[in-house]
Amino acid sequence: MKLQLIGKKIGMTQIYDENNNIVPVTLVQVGPCPVIQVKTVETDGYNAVQIAFGPQKEQRLSKAEAGHFKKAGIAAHSELGEIRFDVAPELKVGDVLTVARFESGQLVDVIGTTKGRGFQGVVKRWNMDGQPDSHGHMMHRRVGSIGMRQTPGHVFKGKKMPGHMGQVRRTVQNLQVVKIDEEQNLLLIKGSFPGANGDLVIVRHAKKAK
Amino acid sequence: MSQQIINSVSASQLQTGRDNFKVGDGVKVYTKVREGDKERVQIFAGIVISRKGSGIAENFTVRRISYGEGVERVFPVHSPRIEKVVVDRESVPMKARLFYLRSRLGKKATKVKEKGYTAKEAK
Repeated sequence: MKLQLIGKKIGMTQIYDENNNIVPVTLVQVGPCPVIQVKTVETDGYNAVQIAFGPQKEQRLSKAEAGHFKKAGIAAHSELGEIRFDVAPELKVGDVLTVARFESGQLVDVIGTTKGRGFQGVVKRWNMDGQPDSHGHMMHRRVGSIGMRQTPGHVFKGKKMPGHMGQVRRTVQNLQVVKIDEEQNLLLIKGSFPGANGDLVIVRHAKKAK
Repeated sequence: MSQQIINSVSASQLQTGRDNFKVGDGVKVYTKVREGDKERVQIFAGIVISRKGSGIAENFTVRRISYGEGVERVFPVHSPRIEKVVVDRESVPMKARLFYLRSRLGKKATKVKEKGYTAKEAK
């Protein structure tokens, strides 16, 4: 059963593996995620479970959300997410999904939101080279030519130009779980993934892992 | 809060007894070297010219003159591959990083003896 859980990125550090090599790891606090609703083909048209993450005061939720938690008989949480399944899973409302659902050594995908960079020029945003700084050049970091002449007569769609950079959803696939700390609900994942420390991320069993 | 969690993860990785040396000390670093299935201990002796970083990510640099050529090696302080670090000679340098040793030649390059140094202070 391939799951995907909601977590919070804690930050990066390094640990030593069994061969005494340094491994860079990103810490992510995953779950515990209680199941608050089970959706089936009969009732909703598809199979899924709805999970919650991050305990929250009930007064901070809208009445609709608070009622939703009350119906499931689960304390209020700030985040909701959904895991879709092809076949109906053996999960029921009230089950709590934790890091124990992952194994050390397995591969996971991590979905996060990249850090926002604001409005950026083409050199930073698209790694263009810009123009020479000296010898009379006056277009140092500008985009240069954006097209041809009367033919084609317009700028091609998708032309790389300055604009807003970052703060988009990105997935990093096949990252290795180095270690699991069930006490602190921690996954130690090798390498890095998008998002600032403290951001919400989704950790799932790797989709394309063999 | 986040830093506390990070520290709790790295706490078990920290080696004890790795705070016995400081910048300026002449040290012998006993490193475990793996050759095939066998493991032996190799010694790298020199002067600690820098110690930087904190926690699990702390590193130190040892400089020695080997066959007339300056050689520097950077070790992670808490590496399990280091068996021990033995201090041969202490000194009280006036700077935190002894990079000026790189431009020194001859006998001067192998010694750190700074203004204000007395044997008493070293102890």
